[in-house]
Amino acid sequence: MKKHILPAIKLTVVMILFFTVLYPLVVWGIAQFAPNSGKGAIIEHNGNTYYANIGQSFSDDKYFWSRPSAVDYNAGGSGGSNKGASNEEYLAEVQARIDTFLVHNPEVKKSEIPVDLVTASGSGLDPNFSVQAAKVQVKRIAKVRGIEEVTLNQLIEKHTEKPLWGIFGPEKINVLKLNIALDELK
Amino acid sequence: MNTEILGIIVMFSLSVLLAIPFGKYIAKVYGGEKTLLDPIFNPFERLFYKVSGINSQTEMNWKQQMVALLTINMVWFLLGMLILMTQGSLPLNPDKNPSMSAYLAFNTVISFVVNCNLQHYSGETGLSYIGQYWLMFLQFVSAGTGMAAAVVLFRAFRDKSTADLGNFYNHFVKSCTRILLPVSLIVAVVLLFEGTPMTFEGKDSITTLEGDVQEVSRGPAAAFIPIKHVGTNGGGFYGVNSAHPFENPSYLTNMVEMVAQLIVPLAMVFAFGYFICRRKLSWMIFSVMTVGFLMLTIPNINMEMNGNPAIAQMGIDNTLGAMEGKESRLGAPASGFWSIVTTVISTGSVNSMHDSSMPLSGMNELLAMMINAFYGGVGVGMLNFFVFVILAVFISGLMVGRTPEFLGKKVEAREMKIAMVIALLHPFLILVGTALSAALPQYTMETLNNPSFHGLSEMLYENTSSAANNGSGFEGLGDDTIWWNISTGFILILGRFLPIIGPIAIAGLLAQKRYIPEGDGTLKTDTATFGLMVFAVIAIVAALAFFPVLTLGPIAEYFSLY
Repeated sequence: MKKHILPAIKLTVVMILFFTVLYPLVVWGIAQFAPNSGKGAIIEHNGNTYYANIGQSFSDDKYFWSRPSAVDYNAGGSGGSNKGASNEEYLAEVQARIDTFLVHNPEVKKSEIPVDLVTASGSGLDPNFSVQAAKVQVKRIAKVRGIEEVTLNQLIEKHTEKPLWGIFGPEKINVLKLNIALDELK
Repeated sequence: MNTEILGIIVMFSLSVLLAIPFGKYIAKVYGGEKTLLDPIFNPFERLFYKVSGINSQTEMNWKQQMVALLTINMVWFLLGMLILMTQGSLPLNPDKNPSMSAYLAFNTVISFVVNCNLQHYSGETGLSYIGQYWLMFLQFVSAGTGMAAAVVLFRAFRDKSTADLGNFYNHFVKSCTRILLPVSLIVAVVLLFEGTPMTFEGKDSITTLEGDVQEVSRGPAAAFIPIKHVGTNGGGFYGVNSAHPFENPSYLTNMVEMVAQLIVPLAMVFAFGYFICRRKLSWMIFSVMTVGFLMLTIPNINMEMNGNPAIAQMGIDNTLGAMEGKESRLGAPASGFWSIVTTVISTGSVNSMHDSSMPLSGMNELLAMMINAFYGGVGVGMLNFFVFVILAVFISGLMVGRTPEFLGKKVEAREMKIAMVIALLHPFLILVGTALSAALPQYTMETLNNPSFHGLSEMLYENTSSAANNGSGFEGLGDDTIWWNISTGFILILGRFLPIIGPIAIAGLLAQKRYIPEGDGTLKTDTATFGLMVFAVIAIVAALAFFPVLTLGPIAEYFSLY
């Protein structure tokens, strides 16, 4: 063992320089050509900047609500609920979310509420929701904002992101982009 | 066929298709043959050896290699304790995150040295950027360690009757530079252009559209995330790992990260065949692994797609599947698929919260780690599988009444004893660890996030993930306590180094024996019949040992829910 200790220490030092200095520098160099120079893709709106990939909390009736979050969309510390499928307390929470949704959206049938709107995402920062999650909120927003339902449905269609290259993965909508577009409608 | 299933099929087939030529490349690297990347890496490696005074061409026997391996791992452990316990006062800490406690640092360093990446901290608040990059270094070298160990096995069956099995440093350095690094760099570029941050600035604070203040953690993540997959480490930059929209921003990055974690474990299987010139044996191993993998994966995808029956009963639209703990951009099927890939190959990165998986999905995730040899982690997966092969050879030998042989070498009592000890060590660590956790509720009760059967599953998962060096978790468990840090710390060490030393010892002993050319009576190990035999051994030794505890956890939860 003795004869390996010094070589091991020296090898560790050179490899630290190679893998934690040189390699990241190369990646950082390439990052300068990436969106927003590798500081996270942003959206600018009315002089404010938002992160395109980081979901925000929307609970106001005039906006499309985003999914529930176990960390209240705090992107300084991501997290899921980690509740098990059979946990009674958790199931009661889901039931309460359904009830709240029905109170704010009296014209919606319970069977139209998609499951993603009443369950928390893994990261607590999900920037997206399903197409059905947007559609089920159209009646409420139309009433609150005084906008035609047709207009809102067109907006949803415009913001629906198709599966990757049209063939892989689910359809989804970026909630932030949809709500910004909603504010810009007038 | 829907787009979500199609995405899964393409992810898996693409990984296999790429792994075959990549396996050939790996075989060339370890064989010392010329490769395309020589002009880039030769000068660097020469520099490494010059500085450290190592002669990378000195032949070593298996014992010398193990001593070299353990010594350098010890150096990393000590240096790691030092860095993580002082990171708070070191530079590159824009978010002013604190130094780790000794217990947490102990668990964290061990867990990264052994290629597990059980994370009892959350990246955003628990590490400075120096801490993150120290762990990234460990992700490279721990993967390289596992691969260098596997090469001893490769050499043992290529070179007939010899004690010289190559040079540990040579195999280790080449694994890091020529195999792990190039793939990581390619993955990093994709991540960058899909929106993963690569900045040394700290948290940003923005005002949301509704007018709230939102903190956003960033950091140099794009260099870190690729190696966590390519080296099957699994430790995330951010707390929620690849569920985080910066760590896995799109379905495209999800596909790339999936291929990145599958490619090296798959390629090692093919590399073995190329290296010892027995390609048919590779296909036998690959087939057994794939059958086992699919038997775990397909039910998971199905269960996650069908969703939670208790929520369906509430009368809402449940067609999206089990969305608790899952991301909309990835969807339930791809998350179910990932949950098995990450557990069979010991990555342990997650793109959904396994704690919220359906009960039997959770069971399959546990089984994947309990078996730990369907593909398995880089290098070590082959070693684990080799133990099962030796057991199968022995049992088959007994059945036909001949001395058991594997690739022209007699398997005798000494090798069998080692194989048995290693095969039983894994269930021993998991079951004893879980039993102790359950027997000491004063240390564990408060840490559970769910009651009843699922609470037991959380403890079982933590112990299984440690013993299998996997690193994923039922993350509801509040695991930054002295009990969990210390108990899993020791399970991690035993679950890593004994399953490396054991198979290497067997290979080393076999290598020294006289080579017996194959005859008519030789047991053919590259046939479907023998594959079935190996599968049966795995099913009996690995899976059945855990049946009682699975009954008390996930199976009981299943019956309470359906």
